[in-house]
Amino acid sequence: MADPMRIRAQMQGDKAVVRVLMSHEMETGQRKDSAGKVIPAWHISEVTATHNGKPVLSAEWGPAVAKNPFLQFTLKGAKAGDKVAITWKDNRGETRTDEATVS
Amino acid sequence: MQNRRETLKQSLAVASLLGATGLFPQHAFAFNRAAFDAKNIADAVKAYGASAPVESKDVSLTAPDIAENGAVVPMAVASTLPNLKHLLVLVEKNPNALVAKFDVSDAVEPNFATRAKMGQTSDVFAVAITKDNKAFFTKKEVKVTLGGCGG
Repeated sequence: MADPMRIRAQMQGDKAVVRVLMSHEMETGQRKDSAGKVIPAWHISEVTATHNGKPVLSAEWGPAVAKNPFLQFTLKGAKAGDKVAITWKDNRGETRTDEATVS
Repeated sequence: MQNRRETLKQSLAVASLLGATGLFPQHAFAFNRAAFDAKNIADAVKAYGASAPVESKDVSLTAPDIAENGAVVPMAVASTLPNLKHLLVLVEKNPNALVAKFDVSDAVEPNFATRAKMGQTSDVFAVAITKDNKAFFTKKEVKVTLGGCGG
């Protein structure tokens, strides 16, 4: 099981800036191990965000997103106390969801 | 009274039934393999059904001039165009050009930031695709002193 995400959602005016730090290896599928075999790609492929349960963002990522990915987006019409949940799914089918409260 | 476990179990069963009958629009949430396998910008944009991109001032890309470490290059895309559908980040000289695709909705600003890997010095493209499948881009050269792919 992957480590939890670090999510910070902060109000700026009437918008909330959400910053997410995920914990994932993000193996590109280009590297080779010491025996010369290609290490298979292992990366987050889908990211979705919900605001109080309503989907607001979906993204598709390739293996070129950096290790332990960072994501920042701005949520319109949010207010303090709202719940922001982020879900990722990797190409091995593993998923993880974490939730944070807007402050 | 249903508890959470039963509800989950039932929704799973319904989902798999829908999947089996082909009723569920799987393509709507399937990973776009073709786009991420594309070797160049034009093919990746085409994989999302858009026309050839034209340069536009309404798309902005924030990236460093020089990245010391190609494994972690911060970049941000934004656009002021109306009727946006997707925002893409691409690195021209990576083995697969497409880095990330963001779906723009009314609830979020069309402004996303992330970090990407870059194998070598290359042009970075931000592409905005509108709902009528027109594509607009902005590019910026990022110099990489230490590559992020391979070792």
